[in-house]
Amino acid sequence: MRQVAIYGKGGIGKSTTTQNLTAGLGEMGKNIMIVGCDPKADSTRLVLGGLAQKSVLDTLREEGEDVELENILKTGAFGIRCVESGGPEPGVGCAGRGIITSISMLEQLGAYTDDLDYVFYDVLGDVVCGGFAMPIREGKAQEIYIVASGEMMALYAANNICKGIQKYAATGGTRLGGIICNSRKVDGERELLEAFAKELGSQLVYFVPRDNMVQRAEINKKTVIDYDPTVPQADAYRGLANAVDSNDMFVIPKPMHQDRLEAILMEHGILDI
Amino acid sequence: MSSIEKVLDKYSSKVYKNRKKHILEKTDGDQEIAADVRTVPGVMTNRGCCYAGCKGVVLSPIKDAAVITHGPIGCGFYTWGTRRHKARKDEDTKSFLEYCFSTDMQEADIVFGGEKKLRQAIKETVEIFDPATIVICSTCPVGLIGDDIHAIASEAEKLYGRKVMAFSCEGYKGVSQSGGHHIASNGLIKHVIGTGDRTPKKFAVNILGEYNIGGDGWEITRILKRIGYDIVCSLPGDGSYVEIKSAHVADLNLVQCHRSINYVAEMMKEQYGTAWLKVNFIGIESTIESLRNMAKFFDDPDLTAKTEEIIADEVAAIMDDIGYYKTKLKGKTAALFVGGSRSHHYQKLLNDLGMETILAGYEFGHRDDYEGREVIPTIKQDGDSKNIESIKVEKVPDKYKVFLSEDRYEKLKEEIGLEYYGGMVKEMNNGSVIVDDLNHFETEEFLKMLKPDVFFSGIKDKFVAQKGGTLSRQLHSYDYSGPYAGFNGAVNFARDVTMGIYTPAWGFVKAPWKVEPTLEGQVVGGEV
Repeated sequence: MRQVAIYGKGGIGKSTTTQNLTAGLGEMGKNIMIVGCDPKADSTRLVLGGLAQKSVLDTLREEGEDVELENILKTGAFGIRCVESGGPEPGVGCAGRGIITSISMLEQLGAYTDDLDYVFYDVLGDVVCGGFAMPIREGKAQEIYIVASGEMMALYAANNICKGIQKYAATGGTRLGGIICNSRKVDGERELLEAFAKELGSQLVYFVPRDNMVQRAEINKKTVIDYDPTVPQADAYRGLANAVDSNDMFVIPKPMHQDRLEAILMEHGILDI
Repeated sequence: MSSIEKVLDKYSSKVYKNRKKHILEKTDGDQEIAADVRTVPGVMTNRGCCYAGCKGVVLSPIKDAAVITHGPIGCGFYTWGTRRHKARKDEDTKSFLEYCFSTDMQEADIVFGGEKKLRQAIKETVEIFDPATIVICSTCPVGLIGDDIHAIASEAEKLYGRKVMAFSCEGYKGVSQSGGHHIASNGLIKHVIGTGDRTPKKFAVNILGEYNIGGDGWEITRILKRIGYDIVCSLPGDGSYVEIKSAHVADLNLVQCHRSINYVAEMMKEQYGTAWLKVNFIGIESTIESLRNMAKFFDDPDLTAKTEEIIADEVAAIMDDIGYYKTKLKGKTAALFVGGSRSHHYQKLLNDLGMETILAGYEFGHRDDYEGREVIPTIKQDGDSKNIESIKVEKVPDKYKVFLSEDRYEKLKEEIGLEYYGGMVKEMNNGSVIVDDLNHFETEEFLKMLKPDVFFSGIKDKFVAQKGGTLSRQLHSYDYSGPYAGFNGAVNFARDVTMGIYTPAWGFVKAPWKVEPTLEGQVVGGEV
């Protein structure tokens, strides 16, 4: 079982990318579970066709001790099993603790079955506290992909996430598998991302081009492959799935100092705009 | 090598450097001691936390307040009744000291926030107990998840038509429970004192920083009432919210525990002009001196005469007993390690009984409690002390009153040490050892070397000393005894110490590992 955590700046398209990627893997016949680690609980909407999912924490809160796996685990397109951790409303409680609680709960309930080829953790925005690093703690996700684009803030965030990975990699087995570019059609984006990934000691795993088909599928509550398997964007996600499936480059990233990061951005002309 | 050098010798250079500043041997002249700073990690300290100081010490004894601990159950449970602060209810005043109020936060409350549960707890408390006031004390997780207890308090105040106060006294704040005393004092000044309107009688005083452990406060009020004082409030021992509201009408604040309550005394001086006097009702001579100083403050011939009459009467009543115990205790030695005042106060009582203090220290005292208030301007503020809220107060013109003329005030400053505390160190004998934040290692080592006849401390280290053969009495909670204050208390104390010293049961017990092997084995290997 490969456990994979997807991180990246808020709004970069982590959930969209994760679900389309898993659709690609699912089409290949892999057994997959997605664990949404975002309090908004919207990480599995495309796979489940918009099906409202009861989150682990909501169930825990309402049912108390009588939590059953079938109440919280739903199966969607390509047989992908979906779980939403859930969490508090914005501004109250502790979403980080929520993720820890809910992953422990999933383990207790036996959600991690041996037949799984992949478990994906779709984690909210930045690694703001210990809770959001739960998926990469010892015994959890061994590989991490960071979704980024050629935009400056996305790269800042990616670099920051690498600092977190570095910390956990030092004591555990978690490694960076690479950067996934979710293109924003920024000039020289591929070259910038390649240079950025190289500087981290990692790689650009895949470049996902921008295509309105993604939005169209989303409106229809579907992944692209599910919505229309014939479009070029579906092939793009199949390509991503292949790249992840065959990836064998796992490293402890070397995050950059601010000035080095800015120098790379400068080199690739992003600051000229 | 002196005993101090021997103890320090075992430390690594880093710990040595730190602990060296916390330990001194009394000599002539000024001596500086490090205090109120972080304990070295790994050292077994006796210190408590900010919540313990705020909720456990200062706020819990207020009998008509329902003190709700917002947090998981342990914090509330272990601050429930353990300090033995006593209180009596009467027709007008309820007492909730036998209850423990807690929101008992569970994992889901941490994740989703505990505000709803706190609102519910307040509602239930009002419906079931109808307390005069509700106090909310925050524990560590509440500070982390950011429940807005202050907003809930003001909302509940309107909803239930009574004072509801919130205290952000998360345990992790500051270096010891001392920060909690300060936070509690700030709240009492902001929300309670000055809101009442009781008409004071003649010789109106407040007793501040007396916690009524084992009934100490009752013995003190018994004496003061005999003399004719009007006790406006006792803050907090056996005190009530309703009484504390009117604290500002008193003429004089008596400060028993300087460390925990000097904040209230100083802020009341600023706001209401109330003068304060450091008193010590532990020990016969100290009690007499405190009573005489109070009489000097009020400067009334009848009061002075009555003071002397009561002193004579009280002393006569206990002299036989004290005389007897003195024959038993004379020449015995003691080591004291308690809070931020008792290690000083009890030296006086021990003196009365002919005993000598050879080691003393505070758990959470500040430098002024050791060296005297004159060092306050030189105390360096650090990140930890700045993290504790310190409030600025202003004169409240319509409630401000000055009892003494300026001349008299200046004169009394000199004569009775008005608004001054000289600290513990000055009054100790040369050669005695003073240790701040004494830890378990140092306790064991000093007890071995100095061999005091009795070690006065608390629950955390009592049994280590006692089972090692050194009598140990708890001065936080008085074990199961008390009161020890005032005149009658002195007899109780002398009795308990005498009983202990002359019943050295643990001294007769030999630890099994000292007489027989605890492991059986044989040497193997090495043979060809």
